[in-house]
Amino acid sequence: MYGKRLRALSLTTIATLTATLALVFFWAPNDADQGFLQKIIYIHVPLAIVTLCGFIVGACCAIAHLRTRDPRWDMRSYVAIHISLVFGVGVLITGSIWAKGSWGHWWVWSEPTLVSFLLVMLLYATYQPLRFAIEDPERQARAASVFAITAGAFVPINFAIVRLSTQYVHPRLGSGSLPGRMEVVFLLAIASIALLWTTLWRYEMTSKHAAAQLRTLARLLGGDEDDVPPRRSAAPSVTHLEGVG
Amino acid sequence: MSAPGTRAVVAALLRKDLRIELRNFESVPAMALFSVTTFVLFHFGLQRDTLSGDLAAGVLWVTLLFAAVLGINRLFVADAEQGGFDAFLLSPADRGALALAKALALLGYMLVLELVAVPAFALLLLGPPIGQALPGLVLVLVLGDLGVAVIGTLVGALAVRSRARDLLGPLLSLPLLVPVVLGAALATKPLLSTPVGGLPLRWLGTLAAYDLVFALIAFALFDFLLED
Amino acid sequence: MPALPLHTAGPYVAAAYIVFVALIGIYVAIMAAKLSRIERDLGELTELARRTRGGGAERTGDGAAGAARGAEPTRAGASGSAPSLEAEVVRHAVAGGEGP
Repeated sequence: MYGKRLRALSLTTIATLTATLALVFFWAPNDADQGFLQKIIYIHVPLAIVTLCGFIVGACCAIAHLRTRDPRWDMRSYVAIHISLVFGVGVLITGSIWAKGSWGHWWVWSEPTLVSFLLVMLLYATYQPLRFAIEDPERQARAASVFAITAGAFVPINFAIVRLSTQYVHPRLGSGSLPGRMEVVFLLAIASIALLWTTLWRYEMTSKHAAAQLRTLARLLGGDEDDVPPRRSAAPSVTHLEGVG
Repeated sequence: MSAPGTRAVVAALLRKDLRIELRNFESVPAMALFSVTTFVLFHFGLQRDTLSGDLAAGVLWVTLLFAAVLGINRLFVADAEQGGFDAFLLSPADRGALALAKALALLGYMLVLELVAVPAFALLLLGPPIGQALPGLVLVLVLGDLGVAVIGTLVGALAVRSRARDLLGPLLSLPLLVPVVLGAALATKPLLSTPVGGLPLRWLGTLAAYDLVFALIAFALFDFLLED
Repeated sequence: MPALPLHTAGPYVAAAYIVFVALIGIYVAIMAAKLSRIERDLGELTELARRTRGGGAERTGDGAAGAARGAEPTRAGASGSAPSLEAEVVRHAVAGGEGP
Protein backbone atom coordinates (compact mmCIF):
# COMPACT_ATOMS: atom_id res chain seq x y z
CA MET A 1 0.00 0.00 0.00
CA TYR A 2 1.68 3.16 -1.13
CA GLY A 3 -0.82 5.81 -0.20
CA LYS A 4 -0.67 5.20 3.51
CA ARG A 5 2.11 7.53 4.45
CA LEU A 6 1.56 9.88 1.57
CA ARG A 7 -0.21 12.56 3.57
CA ALA A 8 2.42 12.82 6.30
CA LEU A 9 5.16 12.69 3.70
CA SER A 10 3.72 15.47 1.58
CA LEU A 11 3.11 17.71 4.58
CA THR A 12 6.69 17.25 5.72
CA THR A 13 7.89 17.99 2.21
CA ILE A 14 5.92 21.20 1.96
CA ALA A 15 7.13 22.31 5.38
CA THR A 16 10.80 21.74 4.58
CA LEU A 17 10.52 23.24 1.10
CA THR A 18 8.90 26.39 2.47
CA ALA A 19 11.47 26.64 5.24
CA THR A 20 14.26 26.19 2.73
CA LEU A 21 12.95 28.86 0.39
CA ALA A 22 12.49 31.26 3.29
CA LEU A 23 16.03 30.66 4.52
CA VAL A 24 17.46 30.96 1.02
CA PHE A 25 16.05 34.40 0.45
CA PHE A 26 16.00 35.86 3.93
CA TRP A 27 18.81 34.25 5.91
CA ALA A 28 21.59 33.00 3.65
CA PRO A 29 24.17 35.67 2.91
CA ASN A 30 24.97 36.78 -0.61
CA ASP A 31 27.99 35.18 -2.16
CA ALA A 32 31.02 37.45 -2.36
CA ASP A 33 31.85 36.42 -5.93
CA GLN A 34 28.57 35.94 -7.70
CA GLY A 35 26.20 37.97 -5.58
CA PHE A 36 22.54 37.25 -5.79
CA LEU A 37 22.95 34.89 -8.75
CA GLN A 38 24.48 32.32 -6.49
CA LYS A 39 21.06 31.66 -4.97
CA ILE A 40 20.33 29.44 -7.94
CA ILE A 41 22.61 26.76 -6.56
CA TYR A 42 20.13 26.12 -3.77
CA ILE A 43 17.71 24.75 -6.32
CA HIS A 44 20.01 23.58 -9.10
CA VAL A 45 22.51 21.48 -7.18
CA PRO A 46 20.06 19.71 -4.82
CA LEU A 47 17.93 18.82 -7.84
CA ALA A 48 21.02 17.40 -9.51
CA ILE A 49 22.12 15.39 -6.50
CA VAL A 50 18.65 13.98 -5.93
CA THR A 51 18.25 13.16 -9.63
CA LEU A 52 21.47 11.17 -9.71
CA CYS A 53 20.62 9.37 -6.48
CA GLY A 54 17.21 8.66 -7.97
CA PHE A 55 18.83 6.98 -10.96
CA ILE A 56 20.93 4.88 -8.60
CA VAL A 57 17.77 3.95 -6.67
CA GLY A 58 16.24 2.92 -9.97
CA ALA A 59 19.25 0.73 -10.65
CA CYS A 60 19.01 -0.90 -7.21
CA CYS A 61 15.31 -1.64 -7.72
CA ALA A 62 16.23 -3.12 -11.08
CA ILE A 63 18.77 -5.41 -9.43
CA ALA A 64 16.09 -6.52 -7.00
CA HIS A 65 13.74 -7.14 -9.91
CA LEU A 66 16.22 -9.33 -11.76
CA ARG A 67 16.88 -11.30 -8.61
CA THR A 68 13.34 -11.82 -7.41
CA ARG A 69 11.39 -11.61 -10.69
CA ASP A 70 8.81 -9.62 -8.73
CA PRO A 71 7.15 -7.11 -11.07
CA ARG A 72 6.67 -4.71 -8.19
CA TRP A 73 10.39 -3.99 -8.20
CA ASP A 74 10.20 -3.24 -11.88
CA MET A 75 7.44 -0.73 -11.21
CA ARG A 76 9.47 0.87 -8.45
CA SER A 77 12.46 1.11 -10.75
CA TYR A 78 10.38 2.64 -13.52
CA VAL A 79 8.82 5.26 -11.27
CA ALA A 80 12.19 6.15 -9.73
CA ILE A 81 13.73 6.71 -13.14
CA HIS A 82 10.67 8.59 -14.37
CA ILE A 83 10.71 11.07 -11.51
CA SER A 84 14.46 11.50 -11.80
CA LEU A 85 14.04 12.28 -15.49
CA VAL A 86 11.56 15.05 -14.64
CA PHE A 87 13.92 16.48 -12.03
CA GLY A 88 16.81 16.12 -14.48
CA VAL A 89 15.09 18.35 -17.01
CA GLY A 90 14.85 20.92 -14.23
CA VAL A 91 18.57 20.54 -13.55
CA LEU A 92 19.48 21.20 -17.16
CA ILE A 93 17.22 24.23 -17.46
CA THR A 94 18.29 25.81 -14.16
CA GLY A 95 21.91 25.01 -15.00
CA SER A 96 21.53 26.74 -18.32
CA ILE A 97 20.00 29.79 -16.64
CA TRP A 98 22.88 29.85 -14.20
CA ALA A 99 25.41 29.57 -17.05
CA LYS A 100 23.75 32.45 -18.86
CA GLY A 101 23.93 34.58 -15.77
CA SER A 102 27.51 33.63 -14.93
CA TRP A 103 29.23 33.23 -18.26
CA GLY A 104 26.87 34.97 -20.61
CA HIS A 105 26.13 31.83 -22.64
CA TRP A 106 23.18 29.48 -22.33
CA TRP A 107 25.53 26.51 -22.47
CA VAL A 108 29.17 26.15 -21.45
CA TRP A 109 31.35 23.11 -22.01
CA SER A 110 33.71 24.15 -19.27
CA GLU A 111 31.35 23.12 -16.49
CA PRO A 112 32.10 19.37 -16.29
CA THR A 113 29.23 18.55 -13.99
CA LEU A 114 26.68 20.06 -16.33
CA VAL A 115 28.22 18.28 -19.31
CA SER A 116 28.21 14.95 -17.51
CA PHE A 117 24.63 15.57 -16.56
CA LEU A 118 23.65 16.20 -20.16
CA LEU A 119 25.23 12.91 -21.13
CA VAL A 120 23.40 11.02 -18.40
CA MET A 121 20.09 12.57 -19.44
CA LEU A 122 20.72 11.66 -23.08
CA LEU A 123 21.19 8.09 -21.99
CA TYR A 124 18.14 7.91 -19.75
CA ALA A 125 16.02 9.59 -22.40
CA THR A 126 16.19 6.26 -24.22
CA TYR A 127 14.66 4.37 -21.29
CA GLN A 128 11.03 4.94 -22.17
CA PRO A 129 11.49 4.40 -25.94
CA LEU A 130 13.22 1.14 -25.08
CA ARG A 131 10.31 0.00 -22.91
CA PHE A 132 7.78 1.13 -25.47
CA ALA A 133 9.51 -0.82 -28.21
CA ILE A 134 9.32 -4.21 -26.47
CA GLU A 135 5.81 -5.56 -26.34
CA ASP A 136 6.06 -8.66 -24.22
CA PRO A 137 5.73 -7.35 -20.64
CA GLU A 138 8.17 -9.74 -19.01
CA ARG A 139 10.82 -9.23 -21.62
CA GLN A 140 10.21 -5.49 -21.46
CA ALA A 141 10.71 -5.49 -17.70
CA ARG A 142 13.88 -7.53 -17.94
CA ALA A 143 15.38 -5.40 -20.70
CA ALA A 144 14.47 -2.26 -18.77
CA SER A 145 16.14 -3.61 -15.64
CA VAL A 146 19.32 -4.48 -17.52
CA PHE A 147 19.31 -0.98 -18.96
CA ALA A 148 18.67 0.64 -15.58
CA ILE A 149 21.61 -1.21 -14.03
CA THR A 150 23.96 -0.39 -16.90
CA ALA A 151 22.93 3.25 -16.91
CA GLY A 152 23.18 3.39 -13.12
CA ALA A 153 26.76 2.17 -13.31
CA PHE A 154 27.41 4.70 -16.05
CA VAL A 155 26.43 7.66 -13.87
CA PRO A 156 29.37 7.80 -11.46
CA ILE A 157 31.89 6.60 -14.03
CA ASN A 158 30.82 9.23 -16.49
CA PHE A 159 31.12 12.02 -13.93
CA ALA A 160 34.61 10.92 -13.00
CA ILE A 161 35.81 10.71 -16.58
CA VAL A 162 34.37 14.02 -17.73
CA ARG A 163 35.78 15.78 -14.69
CA LEU A 164 39.18 14.26 -15.44
CA SER A 165 39.09 15.66 -18.93
CA THR A 166 38.25 19.24 -18.01
CA GLN A 167 40.26 19.56 -14.85
CA TYR A 168 43.15 21.36 -16.38
CA VAL A 169 41.14 23.47 -18.75
CA HIS A 170 38.96 25.63 -16.53
CA PRO A 171 38.53 26.06 -12.83
CA ARG A 172 35.32 24.54 -11.56
CA LEU A 173 32.48 26.89 -10.96
CA GLY A 174 31.35 25.38 -7.72
CA SER A 175 34.67 24.54 -6.17
CA GLY A 176 35.35 24.85 -2.49
CA SER A 177 33.06 24.38 0.43
CA LEU A 178 30.34 26.78 1.46
CA PRO A 179 30.74 28.99 4.50
CA GLY A 180 28.60 28.36 7.59
CA ARG A 181 25.11 29.68 6.95
CA MET A 182 25.14 28.80 3.28
CA GLU A 183 26.07 25.24 4.06
CA VAL A 184 23.16 24.85 6.44
CA VAL A 185 20.69 26.13 3.90
CA PHE A 186 22.30 23.99 1.22
CA LEU A 187 21.94 20.82 3.25
CA LEU A 188 18.36 21.72 4.09
CA ALA A 189 17.69 22.28 0.39
CA ILE A 190 19.04 18.82 -0.43
CA ALA A 191 16.87 17.30 2.26
CA SER A 192 13.73 19.05 1.03
CA ILE A 193 14.29 18.09 -2.61
CA ALA A 194 14.97 14.52 -1.54
CA LEU A 195 11.70 14.56 0.38
CA LEU A 196 9.95 15.97 -2.66
CA TRP A 197 11.36 13.16 -4.80
CA THR A 198 10.17 10.58 -2.30
CA THR A 199 6.72 12.13 -2.09
CA LEU A 200 6.31 12.20 -5.85
CA TRP A 201 7.60 8.64 -6.05
CA ARG A 202 4.98 7.44 -3.60
CA TYR A 203 2.37 9.57 -5.35
CA GLU A 204 3.02 7.89 -8.68
CA MET A 205 3.30 4.42 -7.16
CA THR A 206 -0.05 4.93 -5.46
CA SER A 207 -1.64 6.04 -8.69
CA LYS A 208 -0.27 3.07 -10.62
CA HIS A 209 -1.23 0.69 -7.86
CA ALA A 210 -4.78 2.05 -7.78
CA ALA A 211 -5.03 1.60 -11.53
CA ALA A 212 -3.86 -1.99 -11.16
CA GLN A 213 -6.43 -2.75 -8.50
CA LEU A 214 -9.06 -1.17 -10.69
CA ARG A 215 -8.20 -3.57 -13.47
CA THR A 216 -8.42 -6.48 -11.08
CA LEU A 217 -11.83 -5.28 -9.95
CA ALA A 218 -12.96 -4.85 -13.54
CA ARG A 219 -11.93 -8.38 -14.32
CA LEU A 220 -13.60 -9.85 -11.25
CA LEU A 221 -16.85 -8.00 -11.73
CA GLY A 222 -17.10 -8.06 -15.46
CA GLY A 223 -15.96 -11.61 -16.11
CA ASP A 224 -14.02 -11.94 -19.32
CA GLU A 225 -15.21 -8.76 -20.96
CA ASP A 226 -12.41 -6.27 -21.17
CA ASP A 227 -14.30 -3.05 -21.46
CA VAL A 228 -11.16 -0.93 -21.16
CA PRO A 229 -8.45 -2.37 -23.41
CA PRO A 230 -5.08 -1.25 -22.11
CA ARG A 231 -3.25 1.31 -24.22
CA ARG A 232 0.27 0.43 -25.10
CA SER A 233 2.56 2.58 -22.99
CA ALA A 234 6.10 2.83 -21.85
CA ALA A 235 5.08 2.13 -18.26
CA PRO A 236 5.28 -1.40 -16.89
CA SER A 237 2.18 -3.48 -17.46
CA VAL A 238 -0.18 -2.73 -14.60
CA THR A 239 -1.86 -6.10 -14.85
CA HIS A 240 1.15 -7.64 -13.25
CA LEU A 241 0.40 -5.89 -9.99
CA GLU A 242 -2.97 -7.58 -9.52
CA GLY A 243 -3.68 -8.99 -6.12
CA VAL A 244 -0.78 -7.09 -4.63
CA GLY A 245 -1.62 -5.48 -1.31
CA MET B 1 26.65 -35.91 -22.46
CA SER B 2 28.57 -33.32 -20.49
CA ALA B 3 28.37 -29.64 -21.33
CA PRO B 4 31.08 -28.59 -23.77
CA GLY B 5 33.83 -26.40 -22.38
CA THR B 6 33.25 -22.66 -22.59
CA ARG B 7 36.27 -22.09 -24.75
CA ALA B 8 35.06 -24.63 -27.27
CA VAL B 9 31.62 -23.04 -27.35
CA VAL B 10 33.02 -19.55 -27.83
CA ALA B 11 35.28 -20.80 -30.59
CA ALA B 12 32.40 -22.54 -32.34
CA LEU B 13 30.11 -19.51 -32.12
CA LEU B 14 32.86 -17.18 -33.27
CA ARG B 15 33.67 -19.42 -36.20
CA LYS B 16 30.00 -19.45 -37.16
CA ASP B 17 29.69 -15.66 -37.08
CA LEU B 18 32.92 -15.06 -38.95
CA ARG B 19 32.01 -17.64 -41.55
CA ILE B 20 28.64 -15.98 -42.10
CA GLU B 21 30.31 -12.62 -42.36
CA LEU B 22 32.85 -13.85 -44.85
CA ARG B 23 30.17 -15.48 -46.91
CA ASN B 24 27.73 -12.58 -46.98
CA PHE B 25 30.02 -9.57 -46.57
CA GLU B 26 27.36 -7.68 -44.70
CA SER B 27 28.90 -5.68 -41.91
CA VAL B 28 32.57 -5.04 -42.43
CA PRO B 29 32.64 -3.79 -46.04
CA ALA B 30 29.75 -1.47 -45.24
CA MET B 31 31.55 -0.16 -42.17
CA ALA B 32 34.74 0.40 -44.14
CA LEU B 33 33.02 2.14 -47.02
CA PHE B 34 31.03 4.24 -44.57
CA SER B 35 34.14 5.44 -42.81
CA VAL B 36 35.91 6.46 -46.01
CA THR B 37 32.83 8.32 -47.19
CA THR B 38 32.60 10.02 -43.82
CA PHE B 39 36.18 11.24 -44.17
CA VAL B 40 35.21 12.83 -47.46
CA LEU B 41 32.18 14.36 -45.78
CA PHE B 42 34.38 15.84 -43.09
CA HIS B 43 36.65 17.33 -45.72
CA PHE B 44 33.72 19.13 -47.24
CA GLY B 45 32.00 19.90 -43.97
CA LEU B 46 35.06 21.33 -42.26
CA GLN B 47 36.51 22.87 -45.43
CA ARG B 48 39.94 21.54 -44.50
CA ASP B 49 42.56 19.72 -46.50
CA THR B 50 44.56 18.42 -43.59
CA LEU B 51 43.90 17.88 -39.94
CA SER B 52 46.21 17.45 -37.03
CA GLY B 53 46.19 17.31 -33.27
CA ASP B 54 42.85 17.24 -31.49
CA LEU B 55 40.80 17.86 -34.62
CA ALA B 56 42.36 14.86 -36.33
CA ALA B 57 41.87 12.66 -33.28
CA GLY B 58 38.24 13.74 -32.98
CA VAL B 59 37.36 13.18 -36.64
CA LEU B 60 39.01 9.78 -36.63
CA TRP B 61 37.27 8.54 -33.52
CA VAL B 62 33.85 9.91 -34.28
CA THR B 63 33.99 8.27 -37.69
CA LEU B 64 35.09 4.97 -36.21
CA LEU B 65 32.28 5.23 -33.68
CA PHE B 66 29.55 5.77 -36.24
CA ALA B 67 30.90 2.90 -38.31
CA ALA B 68 30.85 0.79 -35.15
CA VAL B 69 27.18 1.61 -34.65
CA LEU B 70 26.46 0.06 -38.04
CA GLY B 71 28.17 -3.09 -36.90
CA ILE B 72 26.37 -3.14 -33.55
CA ASN B 73 23.03 -2.91 -35.31
CA ARG B 74 23.72 -6.05 -37.30
CA LEU B 75 25.41 -8.05 -34.58
CA PHE B 76 22.44 -9.98 -33.29
CA VAL B 77 20.03 -9.55 -36.16
CA ALA B 78 20.69 -12.89 -37.83
CA ASP B 79 20.28 -14.76 -34.56
CA ALA B 80 17.05 -13.00 -33.70
CA GLU B 81 15.47 -13.45 -37.10
CA GLN B 82 16.43 -17.03 -37.77
CA GLY B 83 15.96 -18.59 -34.37
CA GLY B 84 19.58 -18.75 -33.39
CA PHE B 85 18.74 -17.57 -29.88
CA ASP B 86 16.36 -20.44 -29.23
CA ALA B 87 18.79 -22.97 -30.60
CA PHE B 88 21.48 -21.62 -28.33
CA LEU B 89 19.24 -21.61 -25.27
CA LEU B 90 18.32 -25.25 -25.83
CA SER B 91 21.93 -26.28 -25.81
CA PRO B 92 23.71 -26.92 -22.50
CA ALA B 93 26.26 -24.25 -23.22
CA ASP B 94 27.04 -21.42 -20.83
CA ARG B 95 25.17 -18.29 -21.92
CA GLY B 96 28.11 -16.02 -21.24
CA ALA B 97 29.80 -17.82 -24.11
CA LEU B 98 27.42 -16.18 -26.56
CA ALA B 99 28.25 -12.77 -25.14
CA LEU B 100 31.96 -13.43 -25.37
CA ALA B 101 31.71 -14.75 -28.91
CA LYS B 102 29.69 -11.75 -30.08
CA ALA B 103 32.06 -9.33 -28.41
CA LEU B 104 35.05 -11.01 -30.02
CA ALA B 105 33.32 -10.92 -33.39
CA LEU B 106 32.62 -7.21 -33.05
CA LEU B 107 36.20 -6.64 -31.97
CA GLY B 108 37.33 -8.47 -35.07
CA TYR B 109 35.09 -6.36 -37.29
CA MET B 110 36.48 -3.18 -35.75
CA LEU B 111 40.07 -4.28 -36.26
CA VAL B 112 39.45 -5.14 -39.89
CA LEU B 113 37.61 -1.86 -40.31
CA GLU B 114 40.61 0.02 -38.97
CA LEU B 115 42.91 -1.75 -41.41
CA VAL B 116 41.00 0.17 -44.07
CA ALA B 117 39.93 3.30 -42.25
CA VAL B 118 43.21 4.33 -40.64
CA PRO B 119 45.28 4.24 -43.87
CA ALA B 120 42.41 6.03 -45.61
CA PHE B 121 42.47 8.66 -42.92
CA ALA B 122 46.24 9.04 -43.17
CA LEU B 123 45.88 9.39 -46.92
CA LEU B 124 42.91 11.72 -47.11
CA LEU B 125 42.93 13.94 -44.09
CA LEU B 126 45.89 13.51 -41.82
CA GLY B 127 48.52 16.21 -41.97
CA PRO B 128 51.49 14.84 -40.01
CA PRO B 129 53.02 11.54 -41.16
CA ILE B 130 51.57 8.60 -39.35
CA GLY B 131 54.62 6.34 -39.22
CA GLN B 132 55.94 7.40 -35.85
CA ALA B 133 52.52 7.41 -34.26
CA LEU B 134 51.62 3.88 -35.31
CA PRO B 135 52.67 1.77 -32.30
CA GLY B 136 50.89 4.05 -29.84
CA LEU B 137 47.94 4.40 -32.19
CA VAL B 138 47.53 0.64 -32.42
CA LEU B 139 47.36 0.42 -28.65
CA VAL B 140 44.73 3.12 -28.40
CA LEU B 141 42.74 1.54 -31.20
CA VAL B 142 42.71 -1.82 -29.48
CA LEU B 143 41.59 -0.35 -26.16
CA GLY B 144 38.90 1.71 -27.86
CA ASP B 145 37.72 -1.30 -29.85
CA LEU B 146 37.43 -3.31 -26.66
CA GLY B 147 35.10 -0.65 -25.28
CA VAL B 148 33.06 -0.71 -28.47
CA ALA B 149 32.90 -4.50 -28.38
CA VAL B 150 31.70 -4.67 -24.79
CA ILE B 151 29.11 -1.95 -25.03
CA GLY B 152 28.06 -3.01 -28.51
CA THR B 153 27.34 -6.54 -27.34
CA LEU B 154 25.27 -5.34 -24.41
CA VAL B 155 23.31 -2.79 -26.38
CA GLY B 156 22.88 -5.09 -29.36
CA ALA B 157 21.35 -7.75 -27.17
CA LEU B 158 19.09 -5.17 -25.52
CA ALA B 159 17.85 -3.65 -28.72
CA VAL B 160 17.52 -6.67 -30.98
CA ARG B 161 14.25 -7.95 -29.58
CA SER B 162 12.58 -4.56 -29.76
CA ARG B 163 10.52 -3.17 -32.57
CA ALA B 164 12.72 -0.22 -33.45
CA ARG B 165 16.07 -1.92 -33.17
CA ASP B 166 17.76 0.21 -35.83
CA LEU B 167 16.92 3.33 -33.92
CA LEU B 168 17.44 2.08 -30.40
CA GLY B 169 20.88 0.66 -31.12
CA PRO B 170 22.53 4.00 -31.86
CA LEU B 171 20.49 5.87 -29.26
CA LEU B 172 21.54 3.50 -26.51
CA SER B 173 25.13 2.97 -27.51
CA LEU B 174 26.27 6.49 -28.31
CA PRO B 175 25.95 7.99 -24.82
CA LEU B 176 27.58 4.91 -23.36
CA LEU B 177 30.41 5.24 -25.86
CA VAL B 178 31.11 8.92 -25.21
CA PRO B 179 33.69 8.14 -22.51
CA VAL B 180 35.38 5.77 -24.96
CA VAL B 181 35.57 8.51 -27.57
CA LEU B 182 36.74 10.95 -24.93
CA GLY B 183 39.52 8.75 -23.64
CA ALA B 184 40.57 7.54 -27.08
CA ALA B 185 40.59 11.00 -28.65
CA LEU B 186 42.57 12.49 -25.78
CA ALA B 187 45.02 9.62 -26.01
CA THR B 188 45.32 9.93 -29.78
CA LYS B 189 45.69 13.69 -29.90
CA PRO B 190 49.41 13.96 -29.08
CA LEU B 191 50.12 11.12 -31.50
CA LEU B 192 48.67 13.02 -34.42
CA SER B 193 50.24 16.37 -33.60
CA THR B 194 53.17 17.77 -35.51
CA PRO B 195 55.87 17.16 -32.96
CA VAL B 196 54.66 13.67 -32.08
CA GLY B 197 53.99 13.67 -28.35
CA GLY B 198 54.17 10.83 -25.91
CA LEU B 199 51.28 8.47 -25.32
CA PRO B 200 49.35 9.77 -22.31
CA LEU B 201 49.14 6.83 -19.97
CA ARG B 202 46.35 8.33 -17.89
CA TRP B 203 43.88 8.10 -20.77
CA LEU B 204 44.98 4.62 -21.66
CA GLY B 205 44.37 3.68 -18.07
CA THR B 206 40.96 5.33 -18.10
CA LEU B 207 40.00 3.52 -21.29
CA ALA B 208 41.16 0.21 -19.91
CA ALA B 209 39.29 0.74 -16.64
CA TYR B 210 36.10 1.70 -18.47
CA ASP B 211 36.37 -1.38 -20.68
CA LEU B 212 36.88 -3.59 -17.67
CA VAL B 213 33.97 -2.20 -15.65
CA PHE B 214 31.50 -2.54 -18.46
CA ALA B 215 32.81 -5.94 -19.45
CA LEU B 216 32.00 -7.12 -15.94
CA ILE B 217 28.56 -5.50 -16.02
CA ALA B 218 27.77 -6.93 -19.45
CA PHE B 219 28.90 -10.36 -18.37
CA ALA B 220 26.76 -10.24 -15.24
CA LEU B 221 23.62 -9.01 -16.99
CA PHE B 222 23.78 -10.80 -20.33
CA ASP B 223 21.99 -13.92 -19.12
CA PHE B 224 18.87 -11.95 -18.34
CA LEU B 225 18.64 -10.68 -21.87
CA LEU B 226 18.64 -14.06 -23.52
CA GLU B 227 15.76 -15.66 -21.72
CA ASP B 228 12.34 -15.75 -23.20
CA MET C 1 32.64 35.87 -13.01
CA PRO C 2 31.15 39.29 -12.38
CA ALA C 3 29.04 39.83 -9.30
CA LEU C 4 25.86 40.85 -11.03
CA PRO C 5 23.87 43.56 -9.27
CA LEU C 6 20.52 42.54 -7.90
CA HIS C 7 18.38 43.99 -10.63
CA THR C 8 20.29 42.02 -13.28
CA ALA C 9 20.65 38.78 -11.35
CA GLY C 10 17.16 38.84 -9.92
CA PRO C 11 15.34 37.74 -13.08
CA TYR C 12 17.70 34.79 -13.53
CA VAL C 13 17.18 33.52 -10.03
CA ALA C 14 13.46 34.05 -10.32
CA ALA C 15 13.40 32.21 -13.65
CA ALA C 16 15.23 29.25 -12.17
CA TYR C 17 12.80 28.88 -9.28
CA ILE C 18 9.82 29.42 -11.55
CA VAL C 19 11.06 26.61 -13.81
CA PHE C 20 11.21 24.35 -10.78
CA VAL C 21 7.67 25.22 -9.71
CA ALA C 22 6.41 24.84 -13.28
CA LEU C 23 7.90 21.36 -13.61
CA ILE C 24 6.31 20.19 -10.40
CA GLY C 25 3.05 21.81 -11.47
CA ILE C 26 3.06 20.03 -14.83
CA TYR C 27 3.75 16.74 -13.12
CA VAL C 28 0.89 17.27 -10.68
CA ALA C 29 -1.42 18.16 -13.56
CA ILE C 30 -0.59 14.96 -15.42
CA MET C 31 -1.11 12.91 -12.29
CA ALA C 32 -4.42 14.71 -11.74
CA ALA C 33 -5.55 13.62 -15.19
CA LYS C 34 -4.67 10.03 -14.34
CA LEU C 35 -6.51 10.28 -11.05
CA SER C 36 -9.68 11.54 -12.67
CA ARG C 37 -9.47 8.69 -15.16
CA ILE C 38 -9.22 6.23 -12.29
CA GLU C 39 -12.25 7.85 -10.69
CA ARG C 40 -14.20 7.62 -13.94
CA ASP C 41 -13.33 3.95 -14.40
CA LEU C 42 -14.29 3.27 -10.84
CA GLY C 43 -17.66 4.91 -11.47
CA GLU C 44 -18.20 2.70 -14.51
CA LEU C 45 -17.35 -0.37 -12.47
CA THR C 46 -19.80 0.68 -9.78
CA GLU C 47 -22.45 0.94 -12.47
CA LEU C 48 -21.46 -2.47 -13.76
CA ALA C 49 -21.69 -3.94 -10.28
CA ARG C 50 -25.13 -2.43 -9.75
CA ARG C 51 -26.36 -3.84 -13.05
CA THR C 52 -24.85 -7.22 -12.34
CA ARG C 53 -26.59 -7.65 -9.01
CA GLY C 54 -29.91 -7.57 -10.83
CA GLY C 55 -28.84 -10.46 -13.13
CA GLY C 56 -28.96 -14.26 -12.66
CA ALA C 57 -28.28 -15.71 -9.22
CA GLU C 58 -25.44 -17.85 -10.49
CA ARG C 59 -23.75 -14.93 -12.12
CA THR C 60 -24.09 -12.68 -9.10
CA GLY C 61 -23.04 -15.56 -6.87
CA ASP C 62 -19.85 -15.93 -8.84
CA GLY C 63 -19.48 -12.21 -8.94
CA ALA C 64 -19.97 -11.95 -5.19
CA ALA C 65 -17.55 -14.74 -4.44
CA GLY C 66 -15.00 -13.28 -6.80
CA ALA C 67 -15.56 -9.79 -5.49
CA ALA C 68 -15.29 -10.99 -1.89
CA ARG C 69 -11.99 -12.67 -2.73
CA GLY C 70 -10.83 -9.53 -4.43
CA ALA C 71 -11.94 -7.42 -1.48
CA GLU C 72 -9.65 -9.08 1.02
CA PRO C 73 -6.34 -7.58 -0.01
CA THR C 74 -7.88 -4.18 -0.74
CA ARG C 75 -9.83 -3.93 2.49
CA ALA C 76 -6.79 -5.07 4.45
CA GLY C 77 -4.81 -2.27 2.88
CA ALA C 78 -7.46 0.44 3.20
CA SER C 79 -6.27 3.28 5.33
CA GLY C 80 -7.47 6.58 6.68
CA SER C 81 -10.78 7.56 8.14
CA ALA C 82 -12.71 7.57 4.85
CA PRO C 83 -13.92 4.13 3.76
CA SER C 84 -12.21 3.02 0.58
CA LEU C 85 -14.32 3.43 -2.54
CA GLU C 86 -13.42 -0.06 -3.65
CA ALA C 87 -14.75 -1.52 -0.42
CA GLU C 88 -18.03 0.30 -1.10
CA VAL C 89 -18.27 -1.14 -4.59
CA VAL C 90 -17.51 -4.60 -3.37
CA ARG C 91 -20.00 -4.34 -0.53
CA HIS C 92 -22.70 -3.43 -3.04
CA ALA C 93 -21.86 -6.41 -5.16
CA VAL C 94 -21.92 -8.74 -2.19
CA ALA C 95 -25.17 -7.25 -0.90
CA GLY C 96 -26.62 -7.66 -4.38
CA GLY C 97 -25.62 -11.30 -4.43
CA GLU C 98 -27.19 -11.98 -1.11
CA GLY C 99 -30.41 -10.12 -1.93
CA PRO C 100 -33.61 -11.76 -3.11
